[in-house]
Amino acid sequence: MAEKKLTFEKALAKLEAIVEKLESGEISLDDSIAAFEEGQKLVDFCLKNLSEAESKVKKLSRDIDGNFELNDF
Amino acid sequence: MWSDETHIFSVSEVTHTIKYLLEENIPTIWLEGEVSNFKAHSSGHFYFTLKDANAQISAVIWRSRAHILNFEIEDGMHVQALGNVRVFERGGRYNFDILQIQPAGVGRLQMEFERLKKQLEAEGLFAAEHKKKIPAYPSVIGVVTSETGAAIRDIINVISRRAPNVQIILRPVQVQGEGAARDIAKAIEEFNAYGKADVLIVGRGGGSLEDLWAFNEEVVARAIFNSHIPIISAVGHEIDFTIADFVADLRAPTPSAAAELAVPDYNELKRKIVRFAQRMQRAVMVKIEHYRQRVKALQRSYGLRRPEDLLHQYALRVDELSTQMQRTIKQRITSQQQYVQQLELRLQNLNPKKVLERGYSITYLNGKVLKRARDAQPEGMLLTELHQGKIESQIKKIEDHG
Repeated sequence: MAEKKLTFEKALAKLEAIVEKLESGEISLDDSIAAFEEGQKLVDFCLKNLSEAESKVKKLSRDIDGNFELNDF
Repeated sequence: MWSDETHIFSVSEVTHTIKYLLEENIPTIWLEGEVSNFKAHSSGHFYFTLKDANAQISAVIWRSRAHILNFEIEDGMHVQALGNVRVFERGGRYNFDILQIQPAGVGRLQMEFERLKKQLEAEGLFAAEHKKKIPAYPSVIGVVTSETGAAIRDIINVISRRAPNVQIILRPVQVQGEGAARDIAKAIEEFNAYGKADVLIVGRGGGSLEDLWAFNEEVVARAIFNSHIPIISAVGHEIDFTIADFVADLRAPTPSAAAELAVPDYNELKRKIVRFAQRMQRAVMVKIEHYRQRVKALQRSYGLRRPEDLLHQYALRVDELSTQMQRTIKQRITSQQQYVQQLELRLQNLNPKKVLERGYSITYLNGKVLKRARDAQPEGMLLTELHQGKIESQIKKIEDHG
């Protein structure tokens, strides 16, 4: 079940699908517990994704060998 | 006043003198003026007037030189023309005989703009099918603009407010003057080679047509077209479009607007996720309520009293959830951040497995929650989930109270 790399976009879409499935009522209690658990994980993932520390602005430049490097702006 | 020496000029003579004076004393010159009364005569010659605020002069492009007119000329246009003043003795008139002509100043830039626009449009560089989708949730935004301009400040402000953890990478460029277009094109190519930006913002703050000219150059247009990374153009000129705007995957009227288009509003997203979480919570509550009703009905029918009965667990869970919901309603949280944290907490408490902490357990048969003893078989294997750990056990005896 665990995906290699869950993107925010996919997580949000999955969460939406789970919410709709739960609301449809056509789901057993077992399944709804499982769906709820997965949904909760997705909520955690999405909120964590949105709450990571503020990122610094960087400047793209090239070193003497022409390799890319990032410096603080 | 009248004597024997008095020279009486003939009309031809004085006209000839005028012709000599004018034609000999005014060399071939560049003349700038506004075009009016432009007429393409059926003979193939072009006649018009060149004027400024205080004077005007008739001008002509003879049919033999009609090819020098390589742009759409019209009244009101400012032009620069190379030519000579010619006097026509027969009509007693003079005019400016044009050898070369071009749109003047801004007029010339606009002409160049129209020419390039037409050319690139014909080549399909503006076609909708080449427009790349701007990603909804980018993590890295590449910016191609001046290091010192207002544009980068505006972009940083908007992105750090809307989506604080989105990484901004600036590739500083010269946005106007000699070499600016080449620099901008190179920056776009470098971002593509670097490969880590999800979307690029290419632009600058407002300015005159001349200031913005780099964004109207072919080399920039082609770099935008060839970019694999979607590009939002952001040339701060709300009214007019630049060529870059036409080629870009998305056009923003200003750098701030580009930043808003590039990243979602995280607070809005958080609210959306919170709403999902609430809906999930509500749905589970409804489900639990449904089971509670069933539990009650069963209790009434069969007088079940055994506390370890699985059905009892649902009743307990429901009670816990009701308490939880009452608490929720009491809490009127204003701040969004608080709200989100509270929500996470609520979700934790809502987890059905929380009940396990209190000493209850869930029994599974073949991976499904076991609710009725009669669903099990003697000698069958059961899995019991406790607060900490699981137990696998074999069924000895079944008492069916159902």
